[in-house]
Amino acid sequence: MSFNLTPVLTAQWGLDQSWTLGAYERADGYQALRQALDMEPDALIQLVKDSGLRGRGGAGFPTGMKWGFIPQGDGKPHYLVVNADESEPGTCKDIPMMMASPHTLIEGVIIAAYAIRANHAFIYVRGEVLHVIRRLLNAVAEARAAGYVGRNILGKSFDLELTVHIGAGAYICGEETALLESLEGFRGQPRLRPPFPAVEGLYACPTVINNVETISSVPAIVRGGAQWFRSMGTEKSPGFKIFSLSGHVARPGQYEAPLGITLRELLDATGGMREGHELKFWTPGGSSTPLFTAEHLDVPLDFEGPPQHGSMLGTTALQLFDETTCVVRAVKRWSEFYAHESCGKCTPCREGTFWYVQIYERLENGTATEEDIETLLDLSDNILGRAFCALGDGATSPVTSSIQFFRDEYVAHFEQGGCPFDPVASTVFAGASA
Amino acid sequence: MLRLGHRPDALIEVLHTVQQSFGYLDDDALRYVSTSLHVPLSKAYGVATFYSLFTLRPQGEHTCVVCTGTACHIKGSTMILNRIRSRFGIGPKQTTADNQISLLTARCLGACSIAPAVVYDGEAKGKQAPDDVIARLEEW
Repeated sequence: MSFNLTPVLTAQWGLDQSWTLGAYERADGYQALRQALDMEPDALIQLVKDSGLRGRGGAGFPTGMKWGFIPQGDGKPHYLVVNADESEPGTCKDIPMMMASPHTLIEGVIIAAYAIRANHAFIYVRGEVLHVIRRLLNAVAEARAAGYVGRNILGKSFDLELTVHIGAGAYICGEETALLESLEGFRGQPRLRPPFPAVEGLYACPTVINNVETISSVPAIVRGGAQWFRSMGTEKSPGFKIFSLSGHVARPGQYEAPLGITLRELLDATGGMREGHELKFWTPGGSSTPLFTAEHLDVPLDFEGPPQHGSMLGTTALQLFDETTCVVRAVKRWSEFYAHESCGKCTPCREGTFWYVQIYERLENGTATEEDIETLLDLSDNILGRAFCALGDGATSPVTSSIQFFRDEYVAHFEQGGCPFDPVASTVFAGASA
Repeated sequence: MLRLGHRPDALIEVLHTVQQSFGYLDDDALRYVSTSLHVPLSKAYGVATFYSLFTLRPQGEHTCVVCTGTACHIKGSTMILNRIRSRFGIGPKQTTADNQISLLTARCLGACSIAPAVVYDGEAKGKQAPDDVIARLEEW
């Protein structure tokens, strides 16, 4: 193995009943909270700034700086909102995190709320994942009974109310301002910025919105310190991260590693692709990040690496596809997803994704023409940068990057009058049904 | 609603509760909720139709959710849906004539590592082949 895995976030996942308060406390859980409550809130913000922790939800915004934006002494209530609406196709890091160790998240929430002087925190969870909701609700009840949530936490004059809010099935609510709309009981449609949530967020009060993994990293930083955190990862992207491997790999799952690791190293450590097949294309961070191919195996996966090659780190949801996969079929699937999930607020995204799907249907049944490829590129050009929020931009990523790398395959679809691939060959039961 | 204090911003929570109790949201329920929370009926209807978890039609005895996220799609969820259609005659968002099984699809369940994933009455199962799914549904 050419690298050391860094089990910090995932350190407790293997413990017996790791999700219970007892197991978490035996593994030094809630020690970081004691330490944090002895510090000044501003010192905590400085600590997170020094650590260089960057948001794990995809954009990579420095977390400490985000916390620092919250105006202090303004007399308004402050809110902390945890974005647990993980629904990007391929992204599956937060859900296992909350299943295996919900108390890591809750401890992080309490520390973060203390730092930004918020007395009410929300965790916005997807409505589809009932098992996660049940586990989180139990964990919050345990934490409340133990005095970690509620009034005068650990005897200090700090009160925190923690609410688990259950979403109702809309991908767009992962966008931070749409999430706020949804929390307030409206349809989840993004808001115009500015004002930014740090100034006017939830109920028009200063609000910090962080990803589950970001907040879960905070207790470890308080325990280990900024220097320790910086000893992992790269200079501009310090620390560790959960990489979610899925698709045609031998051993899919969650692997925690320092940022800056390459896919080649990850594959070497985890048994590679499924037997007898080779990598064709992959997404570095979910479907909203432009595709990579086998030639990008050595791109360091940190916040700087993929952008130099025309993609993004995103949520480090590494979906890998082997040579049996039709790229047009995969992108059609993604486009259908975006068309379904487009909230309808802005025209480029609402209409553009709808057009995408129509063109991909023509490609699939072999009636498309060369002109349709140009239309796809033209549509992408008109969506990118002109959509209201990042969902529209994300929808164009797989389309443009797949045409860039696999134009021949698009052409083959209309030259041969349909898809040249056998759809069964890519399935999990391929061998059995043959 | 009492628990949530008749606040307009509790709309989504209230709709969840109503749906849990009655299985779906009918016109009367939406009218009642909108009056009680002092939100316009149009807003209650807008929210109920915006979010895919809310349904305005009654559901069957059991529900089966097939994940159609990319990883599941590539690993065969379409074939699962086709088999269900040919065996039970229902497509996504439909219920069998005897009201036993409702079929739903999810865009991605975040269970990509165990694709294809299927949720039977709230219980998630991974690596499901079409035969597994049919066998399971026939038990219902």
